[in-house]
Amino acid sequence: MTVALPRRGTMVRERWLVVVARNSVAIAAAIIFIAPFLFVVLMSFMTSDQALTSNLWPTTWHPENFVDIFTKMPMFDYLVNTMTYALLATGFMLLSSIPAAFALAKLKWRGSTAVFIVIICMMMLPPQVVTVPLYLMWSNSGLTGTLWPLILPMLVGDAFSIFLLRQFLMTIPDTVLDAARIDGCSEWQVLLRVVVPMAKPGIAATAIFQFFYAWNDYYGPLLYTSEEQSNWTLSIALSQFKTLHHVEWNLVMAATLLVMAPVIIVFFFAQRAFVQGVTLTGVKG
Amino acid sequence: MAPALIGIGVFFLYPLLAAVYFSFTRFDLLTVPEWVGLRNYTYLFTQDSVAGKAALNTLWFVVILVPARMLAALLTSMLLVSLKRGGGFFRTIFYLPALAPPVAATIAFVFLFNPATGPVNEVLSWFGVDGPLWFDSPDWSKPSLVLLGTWAVGDLMVIFLAALLDVPKPLYEAASIDGANAWQRFVHITLPSLSPVLMFAAVTGVIQTLQYFTQAAVAASVASGTATTGGGISSTFGYPENSTLTYPLHLYVSGFRYYDMGYANALAVVLFLVAFAVTLVLLRRFRAFTGGAR
Repeated sequence: MTVALPRRGTMVRERWLVVVARNSVAIAAAIIFIAPFLFVVLMSFMTSDQALTSNLWPTTWHPENFVDIFTKMPMFDYLVNTMTYALLATGFMLLSSIPAAFALAKLKWRGSTAVFIVIICMMMLPPQVVTVPLYLMWSNSGLTGTLWPLILPMLVGDAFSIFLLRQFLMTIPDTVLDAARIDGCSEWQVLLRVVVPMAKPGIAATAIFQFFYAWNDYYGPLLYTSEEQSNWTLSIALSQFKTLHHVEWNLVMAATLLVMAPVIIVFFFAQRAFVQGVTLTGVKG
Repeated sequence: MAPALIGIGVFFLYPLLAAVYFSFTRFDLLTVPEWVGLRNYTYLFTQDSVAGKAALNTLWFVVILVPARMLAALLTSMLLVSLKRGGGFFRTIFYLPALAPPVAATIAFVFLFNPATGPVNEVLSWFGVDGPLWFDSPDWSKPSLVLLGTWAVGDLMVIFLAALLDVPKPLYEAASIDGANAWQRFVHITLPSLSPVLMFAAVTGVIQTLQYFTQAAVAASVASGTATTGGGISSTFGYPENSTLTYPLHLYVSGFRYYDMGYANALAVVLFLVAFAVTLVLLRRFRAFTGGAR
């Protein structure tokens, strides 16, 4: 008498079911986290009429919605404004914050602890506290209405970036720097030839954070450019899209996807540096 | 370092002192500040009912949003640790919402939770549930924003995950041998090991929530859907019925819609004192910050 062996197909299916059952909670959570993205994608391909119904699936697909957002609105200009802000802010931040973080992490000087505490305070300060005096300052120099009040301060450094870079630089052993000093390097040479090459992942993570911050920034552009529509960034334009184009939820969703896409694409290319950076912003006990 | 020192002076110390000075004056952008003593503060604490409402809204977010996000981060990170395989895949999925630009994510949520046509109420109706008005209801607008904040919990989750992976495995094994069940292991090993991270998350969460602005502003603009060309973007802030008007939004509206700059600075000084008190709690744990190499 032979034992009835389950057929191979059944076994594979059973094993697969076991895997699903074991991970069912994770799969359910994943569906909840991903569902909003799916609904946005589906909606962005609908006609504006269908977008006003409670249908979840497009009856006809309309990829031309993604062209319409550029023709019905100066989306391209907003994209250029946002890129200008994000790229210049990131470049300026790196120029100023890397030396500052180096001085805080690796040089011994009087008051360095005090300066570091002040930088943490700056990081923690709600931006709204100093908004009015800063606005008056920029208003006196005639730069309100443009994005320069958000870009120029990066030339002197950004508290959060200095903090994050310092955390990265602390992980470089002092012995490496001392070796370079003994070989006759000045502090600037130590920074440029030893520290920067060694800290590349950290610098990349900080740059990505700064770029995302500017790309996502709503408060800053609202404060300085809300009255000057030609200098709007994508985030301001997006927040006003529904108001200016009342019922066209499909176009709003297409524009929403357009703003999300670059961030998610960058993330997939730089995932490791990014996650490492997020972790370093926290404190390990 | 020198540029950073200038930066601290020009963009931090000067505006802070200026804010304190301006808070004792009355002026708009066109007039010279006129000294009015404590009048802004008396108005703030005794007459401005909107400021009270805004402070309560912000307090509501501190009490509900911060713990909700911490709980979600704890649950998702523990779920990831418990997975035998596919941890990296699920970590990416759980993290994605945190990447979505806040303005885009908020608009997506206002659409998803649209009472008449949104997918959420559609799905709820399959189960016979009559969904609420969400972002259009004064009672549900804040909980809707909490759902949004909890969806985008990935940044906190990654920090918790790193801390969980640092807990020494032998601790759990020894506890299991001694007969501790899962809940006892959680209470006596996981929570104490995580306490510095939980503390950090609570304090930074409170500080972030004190500045809670973007999501509330955008949700109000998009949900209200009225043309704002006349009153400017800020005319819809707080919709519906000031239920989403957080303290920073009230500050912004006072300063940049009503051009009451002196009063806005009085609001700013009060915000600063509260934020500073919270920051002090964090700085008392300063040693945790200087970590890294050591």
